[in-house]
Amino acid sequence: MDKPMSLSANADGLLRYRDDAPHEEPAVTLDAFLGQTNATAVRIEAGDDARALIPHLGQIALVEISFPSFRDGRGYSAARILREAGYDGELRAQGDVLVDQLLPMRRCGFDSFAPESEIDAATAEASLSRYENFYQKAADGVVPIWKKRHG
Amino acid sequence: MYKYDTYDQQMVDNRVEEFRDQVKRRLAGQITEDQFKPLRLMNGLYLQLHAYMLRVAIPYGTLDSRQMRMLAHIARKYDRDYGHFTTRQNIQFNWIKLEDTPDILAELATVEMHAIQTSGNCIRNISADQYAGAAADEVADPRIWAELLRQWSSFHPEFTYLPRKFKICVIGADEDRAAMRLHDIGIQMVMRDGVLGGRIHVGGGMGRTPMIAPEIRDFVPADDLLSYLEACLRVYNRYGRRDNIYKARIKILVHEIGADEYRRQVEEEFIAVKALGLDPPQAEFERITQMFADPAFVADDGTAVDRSDPDFALWLDQNVKPHKQPGYAIVNISLKPQGGIPGDATSAQIDLMADLGERYSFDELRVTHAQNIVLPHVRQADLYTVWQQLDAAGLAPANLDLISDIIACPGLDYCSLANARSIPLAQKITERFADPARQRDIGELKLKISGCINACGHHHAGHIGILGVDKKGTENFQLSLGGSGAEDVSLGKITGPGFDEDGVVDAVERVTETYLGLREEGERFLDTYRRVGMAPFKEAIYG
Repeated sequence: MDKPMSLSANADGLLRYRDDAPHEEPAVTLDAFLGQTNATAVRIEAGDDARALIPHLGQIALVEISFPSFRDGRGYSAARILREAGYDGELRAQGDVLVDQLLPMRRCGFDSFAPESEIDAATAEASLSRYENFYQKAADGVVPIWKKRHG
Repeated sequence: MYKYDTYDQQMVDNRVEEFRDQVKRRLAGQITEDQFKPLRLMNGLYLQLHAYMLRVAIPYGTLDSRQMRMLAHIARKYDRDYGHFTTRQNIQFNWIKLEDTPDILAELATVEMHAIQTSGNCIRNISADQYAGAAADEVADPRIWAELLRQWSSFHPEFTYLPRKFKICVIGADEDRAAMRLHDIGIQMVMRDGVLGGRIHVGGGMGRTPMIAPEIRDFVPADDLLSYLEACLRVYNRYGRRDNIYKARIKILVHEIGADEYRRQVEEEFIAVKALGLDPPQAEFERITQMFADPAFVADDGTAVDRSDPDFALWLDQNVKPHKQPGYAIVNISLKPQGGIPGDATSAQIDLMADLGERYSFDELRVTHAQNIVLPHVRQADLYTVWQQLDAAGLAPANLDLISDIIACPGLDYCSLANARSIPLAQKITERFADPARQRDIGELKLKISGCINACGHHHAGHIGILGVDKKGTENFQLSLGGSGAEDVSLGKITGPGFDEDGVVDAVERVTETYLGLREEGERFLDTYRRVGMAPFKEAIYG
């Protein structure tokens, strides 16, 4: 993973790991998106099939994935599916996002966070930078340990 | 044995630091108990009836003497001088203080141990055949693949908040000593046309809805194993039920959509996942394989074991199993003394087992899912002295797989989920069947007790299973017959109305007497039950 950029927390508590400006268009539901062709921001609910977006990734600048509870891990798979399909726009985790979930979320490809309760920036920095290496290849471009072992 | 390199060591060290920070935030009130719970659970820390319980991972049940001694040290320093070996080949400490846990984890990390993912809705400690590397019938050493899976599953970013806990088991022989098909995923390593791979079963488990895992793929080449499991887990993470905790295990998903539909979805996902290059290269398999090479066995000098001590001979016949290497044997140390607590060992006993493992078993020990300890590689010439030292420490009950070799969960004496006390019942049964000759006459009989419907005591897989329930405020015990966790896997059937504690001990005795009256030459209890069915047993119990 890239070393975490300094958190750009804006007034809404949005944490972003991107250099581009936040996308302004409000996100529409998956059903609404699939029914209209000109939207550029989509919101995926936990039970939605993220694969339905794959034919349209070129036109999307923001995908917001809902976490109704931190225990509901479906959004991690949705994020990876989109990144694996080549999506490189903003991928935002929204909802019950806690500081200890930021690292696995980053590894699954999320690059912005809209937590319901504010996340302390220093704690977030510490938890995101604690691990230097990871066993698995994931969606964050990190070189897995097995690759480092064998070149 | 596997030895950590700097990457592995850094990972557990980082984890200690992370958990220290999480505990600090909790003690400072910066996070609520509700927010702390999934964090501590990811580290094996439960809040039980009387105290915190810490479950330490023993990956695939394998450990060396240094690690074993550390467990004794933790029991002595932070607990009440004993530990409890579990049905998942781990160890639990029952009387832990929250503020001590970061230090305990730091001590564990010095001997390449941790408590990572020993609880929580994530991939748990991988279990395996306790005779790995020693059994004559082994096709492939399951520890190699279990270690690969340990690394793959540790802090897996996508599968950290699954619908429910997830247990994977690997075996490498036809004989199943690890209840493989009663796991969320059960893998049997096999050779096909000279290629090593896994037979994959998905959707087994015990709990309130016991199921035997159906085969989902008859062969996945070893090179594709991680990708295939990634696909299995992703389908579950996306579509496993999250509306009802009791229907959230993968067995329910596989059952509800059917094995064929689940397989179809996995195969589709596998095509996508396989293109991502998630599987390590051959060099990594070889690196791990080298660490599980055979120890330096010495050639058999052909001396027969001296059986002149009759107590030793009984133990030899019951607890010692053949080894693949001539001149060696597999020693099972029973943690099931008469009147004892199944799976418990004192610090002194743990230290002694560590010493014996170091001196007589190439520094290796194993924990079994039946809550016993194995010395996997003992020279036959050393068996007598090993037995003498075990016997002096109360560690030589000659009862492996007999009726007193009981699996029991901690039950209402410790567990906040339990409805009934498993331990006193196990103790009573061992008292009732105290006569070793009677036990040997009954022969192989796997009795398993769970103190609630969650089935941690594997009662569904017991030849005789006992389930404790709460019936209008009093403990009640249901009896079931005919389960098996072995390669002839089956689920037990309930005999009928339940009993109180003494009543169920009587019922067990009637079951064994009925068996003795009906058995034919060479039949185990389970064989007789399968031949004659429930009726004669029911008649004997309730008639």
